[in-house]
Amino acid sequence: MPNAISVRGLSKHFDDVRAVDDLDLDIADGEFFSMLGPSGSGKTTVLRLIAGFEKPTSGRIQLGQEDVTDRAPYARDVNTVFQDYAIFPHMSVRQNVEYGLRVKKVPRGERRERAEQALATVRLDGYGERKPHQLSGGQRQRVALARALVNRPKVLLLDEPLGALDLKLRREMQIELKEIQREVGITFVFVTHDQEEALTMSDRIAVFNEGRIEQLASPVELYEKPASTFVAGFVGTSNLIEGEVARAILGEAGRFVIRPEKVQLVGPSEAPSADARVCVAPGVVREVVYLGSTTHSVVELDAGTTVTVAHHNFDRSIDAALERRDQRVVVTWRRDHLVSLGGSDPDPVASPEEETA
Amino acid sequence: MILSGGLRVALRIFTVVVLVVIYVPLMLVVLNSFNADRTFGWPPEELTLAWWELAARSEGARAALWTSVQVAALATLVALVLGTLAAMGLRRTKFFGRNTVSLLIILPIALPGIVTGIALQNAFKTMLGIDLSLFTVVVAHATFCIVTVFNNVQARFQRLGGNLESASMDLGAGPFTTFRLVTLPMIRSALLAGALLAFGLSFDEIVVTTFTAGSQDETLPIWIFQNLFRPNQAPVVNVVAAVLIVASAIPIYLAQKLSGGNAEAMTGAR
Repeated sequence: MPNAISVRGLSKHFDDVRAVDDLDLDIADGEFFSMLGPSGSGKTTVLRLIAGFEKPTSGRIQLGQEDVTDRAPYARDVNTVFQDYAIFPHMSVRQNVEYGLRVKKVPRGERRERAEQALATVRLDGYGERKPHQLSGGQRQRVALARALVNRPKVLLLDEPLGALDLKLRREMQIELKEIQREVGITFVFVTHDQEEALTMSDRIAVFNEGRIEQLASPVELYEKPASTFVAGFVGTSNLIEGEVARAILGEAGRFVIRPEKVQLVGPSEAPSADARVCVAPGVVREVVYLGSTTHSVVELDAGTTVTVAHHNFDRSIDAALERRDQRVVVTWRRDHLVSLGGSDPDPVASPEEETA
Repeated sequence: MILSGGLRVALRIFTVVVLVVIYVPLMLVVLNSFNADRTFGWPPEELTLAWWELAARSEGARAALWTSVQVAALATLVALVLGTLAAMGLRRTKFFGRNTVSLLIILPIALPGIVTGIALQNAFKTMLGIDLSLFTVVVAHATFCIVTVFNNVQARFQRLGGNLESASMDLGAGPFTTFRLVTLPMIRSALLAGALLAFGLSFDEIVVTTFTAGSQDETLPIWIFQNLFRPNQAPVVNVVAAVLIVASAIPIYLAQKLSGGNAEAMTGAR
């Protein structure tokens, strides 16, 4: 598939801070691509570099076949949905949506038709004459989306567009955004710090940390096979087993990750014996956290670490889990559910701080 | 805020006293413009419209009024252009002297008029070799009129953030189209509020004007000052003063309404 965006050796330094550090990235045509990371990880800067709001310190940006590195924002075939929507408050919804066509001198009739279409795409038919201040947050978000989509850009850039919405609306919009993307077939580049949001919508996800991509993979791969401690910790909850603990429980050195839902919790008497396929570790339940659909138990292992165990609340009662507090238990998991993060070396990213600390 | 009963009453009384001190003398001026007694005896024995007729026919007052309107309009125009450009320039650049420049722009409004007046007179006459005229008055007034425009526009920019213009560029509009379709409409009311205040500042300015005007140039405040102590002109001065009270209340009221609260509009008033 041809690339919608190609980035080579892209860097952006703000004084001493390397916001984006020598980045290579290819985003395929028609892809729903997410950039996930904590604040300050450089994901928004990459988006702003692609849009043209920032000038790169070094590196090239290609849109399709064109090198756009030195072009102004208005000369790039991309559109942005801003985090605060940036809807022009002095214009009606229709004037907002028509804006891009108006400045490109599209005839009035066609303008109107395409604006209607775009508003229909975001389920806002009949809202054209309203003023932005008469709309709810969710509706404003849709106007911003329509205003960008109406231009039929090669790429749509979305900068945490759901961040200001409440949880329920956010979930609805996640599914709707995905549907709209499939409908219009435009490449979406989506920036978020919400790992659940990224997993829900994306074809591929790039996890950012300190201006670099830690891992670029499909949602399933990212969750099931995290490539680093950072990714394992940032995407979902995970239990890290390393060093002496790994040697004691698994019989081999290294760093491993096991997801809470892959771990079972049984009474000491029901414990299976460890073998080539099953890992077993005794411990004491320290905390039981009820989360509605699931319950998390935090178990302090005799080997010297804590693991979180998740189980679904199929029964109405979770008394059994709650009764386990301060009881001795055994946790088990299948060995092939373990994800190895490679050697026993400390995380290279975090090492300088850890050593001096 | 919850205040104790005694404090609330005290604040209320205090407010009333302040307002009385400010507005009773002003009302006296208006009342005296109808006072039939030439020496403004109190209480007025008889009311008359004679002074108003006399004032309407006064060539000097009319000419001075027209001069003041011209000076204020021109100074406001200069302030609008330069004040807006300064606010935009300081907003887009991030050079380290930004706060210093901002302070230097605002400072003239705090400088005593007499200092500004002497300094400008010196500069015009000795350094630049320009004869004092209405032109020099306009330039002098513009130095402090810029402040009201600059402050209003800068406050508006701060409230808006930069994303609206980014969005416009992102949608394909160049810098000039963006200014015309997005920036200007967004700051229009701030410009109007700043302009009204600037006009008001220039219109009643007397100290700086005295030092920078030519000997033949008479703005309304200067005309009033020169006629105040001529016994036969005093009633006319009263009428002119009454007109000015009403005329200056209108722009302030409009400026306050336009900027949606007094905080923003009044930051430039002195």
